[in-house]
Amino acid sequence: MAISFDEVEVGTELPAQSFPVTRATLVRYAGASGDFNPIHWNEKFALEVGLPDVIAHGMFTMAEAVRVVTDWVGDPGAVVEYGVRFTRPVPVPNDGVGAVIEVTGKVAALLEDRKVRVDLVATSGGQKVLGMSRAVVRLA
Amino acid sequence: MPLDPSFIGRTYPPTEPYEVGREKIREFAVAVGDANPAYTDREAAKALGHPDVIAPPTFPFVITYEAAAQVVNDPELGLDYSRVVHGDQKFSYTRPVRAGDRLAVTVAIDAIKSLAGNDVLTVRGEVHDASGEHVVTAVMTLVARAADEAGE
Repeated sequence: MAISFDEVEVGTELPAQSFPVTRATLVRYAGASGDFNPIHWNEKFALEVGLPDVIAHGMFTMAEAVRVVTDWVGDPGAVVEYGVRFTRPVPVPNDGVGAVIEVTGKVAALLEDRKVRVDLVATSGGQKVLGMSRAVVRLA
Repeated sequence: MPLDPSFIGRTYPPTEPYEVGREKIREFAVAVGDANPAYTDREAAKALGHPDVIAPPTFPFVITYEAAAQVVNDPELGLDYSRVVHGDQKFSYTRPVRAGDRLAVTVAIDAIKSLAGNDVLTVRGEVHDASGEHVVTAVMTLVARAADEAGE
């Protein structure tokens, strides 16, 4: 079931996924991560500092994006490197719906030691929210 | 006032070890909605070759961010934290973090730049386990926005 290095080539697409995020998601993530910055839960505060709304933690978005990789490869311990640039915040309205983070990924390079580089694209509301989102994983 | 570039290369003392708990990993995995059994089921983790449940790839930030507070709150450096946003983040693993790890972080300032009036600070956290083996390196860039700019 594990993906084999021999099965993939440059351009192989990983199954795309959508991740919903609501205010409740952010409160839970704040507690689990210890990041209680009020821009992630306090609308009044967020607006005061010039944000359009409460925004998702960048690290939450980063955590969601890599799930496209870890779900594909099966073993999250296969991730050797993972990096992103936070290019645009994900506003999370208090409308009972929230936001959705859409993630696609494809194999961008085959590396030594049965490793591959996967490039991820994460968008929300049609806007790219992560830049240079790349993971290196070691395959079976 | 721009940050003093003479802080580049400064290294802070290792943090007191953080003990990674199985329930903390579970809480984090639930918070990111990730049902991968490697995070919660010891047998599933063992089947993948790990000695115990492992933590999601972005979990080490919980530890390295706290360690980076040494830099952020260093009065000599004088960073205005109310203006700081997270610019980028990277992890490089020797192995995944797992339950039972006692992890110490050694934080260093890798770079200080001024871009369009913003202070850009690159902070590296080297994470080692109780036996001194390297586990993961976390590099983050913090951007302290220029004083006249609205928030992002």
